[in-house]
Amino acid sequence: MALPVKTATLSRRALLAAAGSSCALGFLPKTASARSGSDPRFVVIILRGALDGLSAVAPVGDPDYAALHGAIALPPAGEHAALPLDGFFGLHPSMPVFARLYKENRASVIHAVATSYRERSHFDGQDVLESGYPGPGHTESGWLNRAIFALPGSETSRLRGLGVGATAPLVIRGRAPVLGWAPQILPAASDDLAMRVLDLYQHRDAALAAALRIGLETDEMAARGGLSGDMAKARGGMDQPNGMRQAARGAARLLATDDGPRVAALAFDGWDMHANEGGATGQLATRLSGLDGAFEELEMGLGEHWRDTAVLAVTEFGRTARINGTGGSDHGTGAAAFLVGGAVKGGRVIADWPGLKPNQLYQGRDLAPTADLRAVMKGLLADLFRLFPSTLGDKVFPDSAAVQPMPGLLAG
Amino acid sequence: MSFGPDSRGVLVALKRFGLGPKPGDLSAAAADPRGFILAETQQAGVALLEKPQLAKSSAALQALFADQQNKRAERERTLAQGMASAAQAGLAGSVMAAAPPQMPVTAAIGPDGKPKPQEPTVEQRLFRAEAMARYEKQAAASAGFVERLVAFWSNHFAVSVAKDQFVRVAAGPYEREAIRPYVLGKFADMLKAVESHPAMLFYLDNQRSSGPNSAAGRFAGKGLNENLAREILELHTLGAEGGYSQDDVTALARILTGWSIAQAESEVGTPGAFLFKSNWHEPGAQILLGETYAQTGVRQGEAALADIARHPSTATHIATKLVRHFIADDPPPGMIAKLAKVFRDTDGDLHAVTVALAGDDEAWRLPMTKIRTPNEFLIAAMRATGNLPAEPGPILNMSNALGMPLWQPPGPNGFADTQAAWATPESMKLRLDVAAQLAQRAKDVEHPLGVLDSIAGPEASTETRETVSRAESRQQALAIIFMSPEFQRR
Repeated sequence: MALPVKTATLSRRALLAAAGSSCALGFLPKTASARSGSDPRFVVIILRGALDGLSAVAPVGDPDYAALHGAIALPPAGEHAALPLDGFFGLHPSMPVFARLYKENRASVIHAVATSYRERSHFDGQDVLESGYPGPGHTESGWLNRAIFALPGSETSRLRGLGVGATAPLVIRGRAPVLGWAPQILPAASDDLAMRVLDLYQHRDAALAAALRIGLETDEMAARGGLSGDMAKARGGMDQPNGMRQAARGAARLLATDDGPRVAALAFDGWDMHANEGGATGQLATRLSGLDGAFEELEMGLGEHWRDTAVLAVTEFGRTARINGTGGSDHGTGAAAFLVGGAVKGGRVIADWPGLKPNQLYQGRDLAPTADLRAVMKGLLADLFRLFPSTLGDKVFPDSAAVQPMPGLLAG
Repeated sequence: MSFGPDSRGVLVALKRFGLGPKPGDLSAAAADPRGFILAETQQAGVALLEKPQLAKSSAALQALFADQQNKRAERERTLAQGMASAAQAGLAGSVMAAAPPQMPVTAAIGPDGKPKPQEPTVEQRLFRAEAMARYEKQAAASAGFVERLVAFWSNHFAVSVAKDQFVRVAAGPYEREAIRPYVLGKFADMLKAVESHPAMLFYLDNQRSSGPNSAAGRFAGKGLNENLAREILELHTLGAEGGYSQDDVTALARILTGWSIAQAESEVGTPGAFLFKSNWHEPGAQILLGETYAQTGVRQGEAALADIARHPSTATHIATKLVRHFIADDPPPGMIAKLAKVFRDTDGDLHAVTVALAGDDEAWRLPMTKIRTPNEFLIAAMRATGNLPAEPGPILNMSNALGMPLWQPPGPNGFADTQAAWATPESMKLRLDVAAQLAQRAKDVEHPLGVLDSIAGPEASTETRETVSRAESRQQALAIIFMSPEFQRR
């Protein structure tokens, strides 16, 4: 699985280093940006397992929704009703933070959206979602990493990626150096031991010394941000509300640090609900409350930087429109994505709604995708980091020149 | 302490090729380091792992199928009960929506009124038994050279338990059935065993692939899935630069249609075992890499795999990966060429290839610049102190924390095999935490300098020896030993 653009990328970086300027292919100088002067933050949350978009952001105004989603459909009114968004769509009631941000025009939904993947394997679907390639089989690097790498060297090192979790999600893995932070599963080694080992490395092994020093510095950075001791201890898995909140809190603290990373990727698990998905309460509600909590932690933790932040939560594909015999849903196609942050032009559900009649469903079973998720990702990368569409259509999302960046996702 | 004339050679044997010295191993290997590791490869059945508590893959999968069946039945019963009681109470359907029936919480409280620990699921139980057996075998192996080969091939032919419970259950048996019997046998035999194993067929979706002109393909409107075929050519045999085209991928995918798994309800075959479904197989001859395969049925795939196994690109690809794994991140071309020649000349005899690798003077001369993978690091620590936990939980947790969860690589290309992947800042920091934990857990440790002697002998650097001897506690000294370059590098 060699990187197909290896040589080209290397030579371009060499060129940039020689030129020592930002006037390079694929990148607009900072002054040309509509958001000039800002120091943007970008967070991508991968929801692994295929989120049921029709439950998370329910088309309560669609005449076919209630029948298809049956026992787990959200009612438009009453005790456990969906939270109203725009009259047609309603938000799952376990997401009050998102609802508030939506009202404040700092949150949007992109609905009936999908990657280019049309099969139903989680594993391949996530690879496509994260690698940014049109098809599965590419697990060497992710689109977010390649976006950072496509910037001039000085920007690449300034922006720095952050992968949250024991292994960084594929979306942020790749050739641009990435910091890692994970809620502490094991008790941390003492500073004294750390210093003794680092000192030994400095005498005996320069490569290990360099790696360990940066690792300890990242930890120190997290501690300065208030993430140490008890706060850094793992609170729960990435499929639990506490774990999701904690991962987001950690990411926010590091992103808010002056010399910290600017781009982060997180992955939340447990969205695959073939049985007992639940309506306003139940399994899905629990997971969504965790995601909502993560949005809140990011908002609080980023503080003054929240206004320059965009957070995109995406999943590999949607689920079947009709619930199955065990109160759940099966692997589908069209999905919903969440976009929140102070930089977002919110208060909108962005959807070219395909309808839910049998002949409108994809293959007679799934919400039909009417938007390409890559257009959303490209739109955000273009506006946040001033990447050219040509770079986005080639280096960042290979073979996607035909997919235009979605404009106007962020406030000008 | 004396380790004979070649104290460095002893460490090459036990670290570069083995899983790290146990107490006494340096002396045992001192007389003849090369002979020490080659002797291990001569022991009959040395790579095999068979225990009464370890089920065959078909039996393990049948247990999973039965468990899934039970859970489904349980859910349907609960759903029916919920509907009935709702109807009784005269509640409308919309209220059902608000309070969906939940799985009943059974036996959460024991007879003594205390909460009972949750029973492990079928897949957890099987997975943990497989994990423990693997760790025990790695910890007890004489040099660990053969176990290193098992891990290498298992990672070369990677499956991931993240795919599904199916793979979680089948991954352990897969390694025991499709990898271990062949690590010192013929590559072609391993290739056939791997590509026809339910774990691989499921992991790379081949059980869903049907020939467009097969009976099933025409009827169900399903189609070809090229996943397995692509990875066979790109990862398992020829390599990405091995000289094949997309047409070859498609041809191999057609050839392999019908290579499938007998499902729980299957009327033919053994549930959970390989099943060739002739009505899914694409009829007709196929052209792959310029060769025409006119055979019918499963023999077409067998013939194709046998030819790919002896392709010159396969020899180079395998040689490159072996040298990268055992010798250096940038494998010396001369070593690759020598090894590839042995592979070609012996028709992929992996015992001959292994002997050639360990017999190459370069392998004993070049500095040990590789970094141990997290699994190798953990096992080496267990071997150094003789402290293997009674159950696999702690090792599994530490492997997860270090980013190398057992049988769960990020993709079909397996875990990376370079320092750039394993000596990242985050992972070195985590290794430090793990080293501290391992030191805390180690019981009955003799004098730390004795441990240092037993893992590095006279080759331990002055700085390491001093840092260890100045440690403030026995535990800290042990943690420093685990983190020392002598222990991290191989």
